[in-house]
Amino acid sequence: MKVALFVPCYVDQFYPKAAIATLELLEKLGCEVHYPKNQTCCGQPMANSGYEHLTGGCNNLFIDNFSGFDYIVCPSGSCTLHIKEHLHSNENEGLATEIRKRVFELTEFLVDILQVKTLEASFPYKVGMHQSCHGLRGLHIAQMTELVAPPFSKPTQLLSMVKGLELVPLSRADDCCGFGGTFCVVEEAVSSKMGKDRVNDHIAHGAQYITSADLSCLMHLEGILRRETSDVKVIHIAEILNHSI
Amino acid sequence: MSSREKILAAVKANQFSHAELPDLEILASLTASNDDLVVPYTAVASAGGSFVYEVADYEAIKTILQKEFKAGVEIISGIRELPGYTFVEDVRHQLSHSFANVELCILPSALGVAENGALWLTEEQMVVRVLPFIAQHLAVVIHKTQLVPTMAQAYQTIGSASYGYGAFISGPSKTADIEQSLVIGAHGPRSLSVFILP
Amino acid sequence: MSSTTTTTKDHPQLAAIFNRDEPRVNWHDETLWWVRAKRDIAAHKLPEWELLRETASQIKNNVLSNLSSYLEQFEANAIKNGVIVHWAANAEEHNHIVHQLLSERGINRMVKSKSMLTEECHLNEFLAQRGIDVIDSDLGERIVQLAGEPPSHIVLPCIHKKKEEIGDIFHEHLGSAKGESDPKILTETARQHLREIFLTRRAALTGVNFAIAQTGEIVICTNEGNADMGAHLADIHIASMGMEKIIPERKHLGVFLRLLTRSATGQPITTYSSHFSKPQDGKEIHIIIVDNGRSIQLGREDFRNSLKCIRCGACMNTCPVYRKSGGHSYHTAVAGPIGSILAPNLDMEKYADLPFASTLCGSCSNVCPVKIDIHDQLYKWRQVIVKAGYTPKAKTIAMKGMAFTLASPTLYRAAGKMGRWTFKHAPFAVNNGANPWYKHREMPKAPEQSFGEWYAKRKENKK
Repeated sequence: MKVALFVPCYVDQFYPKAAIATLELLEKLGCEVHYPKNQTCCGQPMANSGYEHLTGGCNNLFIDNFSGFDYIVCPSGSCTLHIKEHLHSNENEGLATEIRKRVFELTEFLVDILQVKTLEASFPYKVGMHQSCHGLRGLHIAQMTELVAPPFSKPTQLLSMVKGLELVPLSRADDCCGFGGTFCVVEEAVSSKMGKDRVNDHIAHGAQYITSADLSCLMHLEGILRRETSDVKVIHIAEILNHSI
Repeated sequence: MSSREKILAAVKANQFSHAELPDLEILASLTASNDDLVVPYTAVASAGGSFVYEVADYEAIKTILQKEFKAGVEIISGIRELPGYTFVEDVRHQLSHSFANVELCILPSALGVAENGALWLTEEQMVVRVLPFIAQHLAVVIHKTQLVPTMAQAYQTIGSASYGYGAFISGPSKTADIEQSLVIGAHGPRSLSVFILP
Repeated sequence: MSSTTTTTKDHPQLAAIFNRDEPRVNWHDETLWWVRAKRDIAAHKLPEWELLRETASQIKNNVLSNLSSYLEQFEANAIKNGVIVHWAANAEEHNHIVHQLLSERGINRMVKSKSMLTEECHLNEFLAQRGIDVIDSDLGERIVQLAGEPPSHIVLPCIHKKKEEIGDIFHEHLGSAKGESDPKILTETARQHLREIFLTRRAALTGVNFAIAQTGEIVICTNEGNADMGAHLADIHIASMGMEKIIPERKHLGVFLRLLTRSATGQPITTYSSHFSKPQDGKEIHIIIVDNGRSIQLGREDFRNSLKCIRCGACMNTCPVYRKSGGHSYHTAVAGPIGSILAPNLDMEKYADLPFASTLCGSCSNVCPVKIDIHDQLYKWRQVIVKAGYTPKAKTIAMKGMAFTLASPTLYRAAGKMGRWTFKHAPFAVNNGANPWYKHREMPKAPEQSFGEWYAKRKENKK
C-alpha cells in the first residue's frame, strides 16, 4: 500500500514531532510511506479568509505532489477537509477528483482503511480529547453532540487501545477551541476566550495532556496553557499512538 | 407597477427549479401509538406547569373546582355539564374588555397532544377569543379518547376544518425572559388545569 | 468601497469591549449553553428528530421553489377569510403601510408582540418620529425597550441583562421597589403594567411564525400569550410577515411546530400556537407581506437556503462566538450565525465583518431545525465579500504574498529557513504586544528543524 504523507505547513514548521510520529506509526503498521518533498500548504489559510481564488497555485502544487498514491494521509482533520472539499484544478480536474477521494485524516485512515484493532502503545496519563471541529463536523470522525444519532469516535476508539491511558470526560465534549485560522487574530478577544474556556474544561477534569487529531487547535490551546504556565501539555494523537515505554 | 407585482415578478425570476413536497406519512406512522396516552400526556403537561386530573365524571371536576376557587369569584364556563357558572354563550356579545376580571374560564377541547401537553381549542369552543387568555386561570375538559400522540396526528384530526381562530394551548402563560428563570403567569392565565374524562 | 467610510464599530471591536468583563462573559456563555443543553435533551427524546429536520428542510425547498404561486394562493385565501393583504417591497414601505393604517383610524398608541421583522425595519423609531407610541409586550422586548436597546437575541431578547439591571430599569420606569430583582416579582410588575396596555390599545401588531398558503391563516407562537392578548382586544390586528414565512399546507405545521420550540428553548411546544384565520366580528386583520431583500437572496443560489430560517435561535445558543461576544456585537437585528448570512444580503459593506465572526466550527448547521448549511454559507459569503472589495487592502496584500510563497516549494523552504517563515506571516507575528496572538497566548516554540529537514537527513542516513 503506497501512502503519501501530507504534512501541513505549520506542522512541518512547528510540530515536526507529530509528523515523525505519523510516519513511524504508518510504517509500523506496514504502509509504504512516501513524503513528497515539494509539498507546502493546502491553501486553507487563504480560502477561509475569503481568498479561495488565490489558491490555484497551491492546488496545482498539491496535485503535482500527491497524484499516483493509493492513499494520502494527513495528521490534521482541518487540512484534510480543505483538500476534500476544495481541491480543484482547471488543468487537471481528473487528478484533483482522485486526490479528493484518496485523502484521509490519520485516525479515520487507521480505523476505516487499516482497520487497526490493537496497538503496541502505552501512555500512562490522564488525557483529555479535544474534538477538532473540521475533523468532527466536516469529516465525521466522531459523532457530533448536536445530532440525534448513535455515538462513536474513531480517535477515542484508537486511544482505548493505548495501555495506561485514562480518558477524562469533559463538560462540553465538542465545543470549538476558537482557533479558526485568521479568526485567532482578527477576533483575538473571542478567540482567546474560547481557547481559555476549552483549556479550563480539560484542567477541571484532571487532564495531564490534551490531545487532538488537529494540531492547529493544539497550537492554540498550547499558547494559552503556556501563558498560564500550566503543567498541562498538548500532544498530537499520533504521538500517543506511537508512544511506547 | 405595484409593489405586489414587483415582488411577485422578482420572486418568479429568482425561484429555482421544482422541488417536490416530502411525504409526511412516514413521520405519522413512526409516531403513531395505540398505547394509553393519559400517562405520557400527564407527564409532559405537568412538566410544562399544567395541573392534570384524570376524573371519572363532571361531578368530580366540580368538586375540585369548588375546592380550588372560592365562591364569589367570576367564573365563566363553556360546558353545559358544569352548571352554576356564567355560561359563555350568554355573554358572547359582551365587549372583550369586560372579561378583564374573570378569575376562571372553563372550556372544552376535543383534541389533546401527548407529546407536548397541548390542547386544541377553536373559536367555537372559546366563543370569545380573548377568554382563555384574559382569565386569571384556565381549565380545559377533554376526553381520554381525544388524545393523540403527536402534532402529526393532531393535524390529521384537524384536517381541513374551517375556523376563524384556533389555538394549541399547552400550559399556563409563562416566561423565562429574566435570566432564563421560569416564571408562571406572564400575561395570560396563571394556571392551566386539565381534566381528563373517560 | 473602503471600510473607512463607516464609523460604527465592527464585530471584533464590539466583541473585545464585551470581553472586558470576563465574569459577565462566563455568565452569558453559561446561560446560553444551558439553553443549548435543554435543546439537546428535547431533541434526543424524539428518535425521529433527524428525519423531522430533513422533512422540514424539504418542505422549505418546495416553498422556495414555488414561492410566487404560494404567495398568490395565500393572498387569495386570506382575502376570502376577510383579511386585508398588503405588500411591501422594503422596510420603508412596510413602515408607511403601518403608519397609514394607524393614522387613518386616528390611532396614536399601539401594542406590539415580538416581530424580528419590525426590528429589521426599525418600525418603532419610524412611528415614534410620527408621534405614534409603540409598546412592546413580550417581557424581554419590553425590558430592552425600556433600556433603550435593541434585542440581543431573537428568542431571548434580554438574555444579556442581569436581573439586578432589570430590577433597576423596572424601578425607574414601572415603579417596582428599589433593589427588587426577583424574576417572579419583576414579571408580576410587567404583567400589571402590560395588562393596562392591552386593555387600552386599539391597535395590535404581531409577527407571523407561519403563513399557510392552503388556508390563508397565519400562526403565531408565544409563551406569554401577549400576541393573543394584544390582537384579541384591539380593533385592528396588523400582522407583519417576511414573505418566506409561507408553508404550503396546514398539515406541515405538524412538522414545524414539533421542531420550533424544541430547537429554541427545549420546550416541546410554545404555550400558545395561535391560528388566525378570520377577523372577529367588527374587527380587522391586516397582513403585510414584506420582501426587503428576500427576493434578491432567493436569487443567490449559494445563499437562498438562509430563507428557510424559522427564527428558533438555536444557532445562536450553540455558537461559541455568539455566546462569548453577545448579540449586540453583531450590530444587526438578527444576530449570530443566521444573522451573519442574512445581513450581507441587505448591505454587504456594512456587514462585511459578520461572515468572518465565526470559526466555521459547523455546530450551527447541526442544530438548525431546517438544516440550513449556515457555516458553508459563511465561508461562501467570505469569498463574495473579498471579491467585492470589502476587505482591508493590507489583508489582500498579505494573502497574495502568502499564496505566492506557498505555491512555490523553493520559496517556502527558503522562507522557513529564514527563521520559520510562518512566524513572520499570518497569524503569528513577533512576540510583542502589537501582535494579537501574543496578547493572551504564547507563540509556538520553534523546533531545531522542520519535518522536511528531518526527513531529508533521515533519508540521507538510510543511504
